[in-house]
Amino acid sequence: MESLYGTWPWYVSGFLIGSVMLALIYFGKTFGMSSNLRTMCTMMGAGKTADFFKFDWKTQRWNLVVVLGAMLGGYIAVHFLSDPTIETVVLNPKTVIELQQMNIDAPNGKLLPDALTSTEALQSPKILGILLLGGILVGFGTRYAGGCTSGHAITGLSNLQLPSLIAVIGFFIGGLIMSWLLLPLFFN
Amino acid sequence: MKFIKFLLVGVVFGIVLTKSEAVSWYRIYEMFHFQSFHMFGIIMTAVVVGTIGVQLIKRNNVKDITGQPIVIPNKDKGFTGYFVGGILFGLGWGLVGTCPGPMYILIGAGFWGIGVVLLGALVGTYFYGLLRSKLPH
Repeated sequence: MESLYGTWPWYVSGFLIGSVMLALIYFGKTFGMSSNLRTMCTMMGAGKTADFFKFDWKTQRWNLVVVLGAMLGGYIAVHFLSDPTIETVVLNPKTVIELQQMNIDAPNGKLLPDALTSTEALQSPKILGILLLGGILVGFGTRYAGGCTSGHAITGLSNLQLPSLIAVIGFFIGGLIMSWLLLPLFFN
Repeated sequence: MKFIKFLLVGVVFGIVLTKSEAVSWYRIYEMFHFQSFHMFGIIMTAVVVGTIGVQLIKRNNVKDITGQPIVIPNKDKGFTGYFVGGILFGLGWGLVGTCPGPMYILIGAGFWGIGVVLLGALVGTYFYGLLRSKLPH
């Protein structure tokens, strides 16, 4: 039982994520989380200013239900499937030292650094700017690329789609540039 | 009632991504610095399971739950949009460590600050919608 409350191994997690994708295919749908961002824009009336948002969002209700479930899943995992006495988010010690040099706190069981999401951090205009900028890049990039980690890296690659491979290579180029070159400039 | 199965799929997805720590900013940083196999193992296992499943579905002409033939749409051909969009996405992913699934999961888990990331993602999606006809794809 202890392992249920600790970090789930990659092979169990990967297997279950692949199964989630296959379950949605069996239900006649395609796994893709970023489509919901477009749906939400449409629901808020974005169709009045851009044709891209003119579609019947009700056809995407099932995906919004997946979102609701995912939120519930996050809640359940943190409140009912976690045990503070078991050490989680155990990183490579080298990673922890690198983060320290950028004044980013070590996980000590936390999923996200306080430097990014603590109440104190959220009062800093710089941190709010970073979160907003990151969100804008993710939102713009995912739609421009036609999908995100779920739609391209999992569904697209599983369906042997060349465009998805191109997108995933792009994801990694962008991530490497950010993580190695730009992040140290943001946190200094 | 037909939505219950989607709710359950979402719940499983949310639990797995949280317990595997794929929603963790730290894990994404560690992945981009090649300091752990964990995230690569998750993605590769998911793709292997997915590929085998998709092949089995295609070869056996499996029908979906309503009895319709399963069609997994092919992605349109192209390069620029996938590549440039992918890089922009990657820059955001490397910065805030959250892709579009984990955003919701983390908010559900009580990380309200990620609401700012979600707001940004909606703004970014809207910008794309405005600029779409002017962008090379």
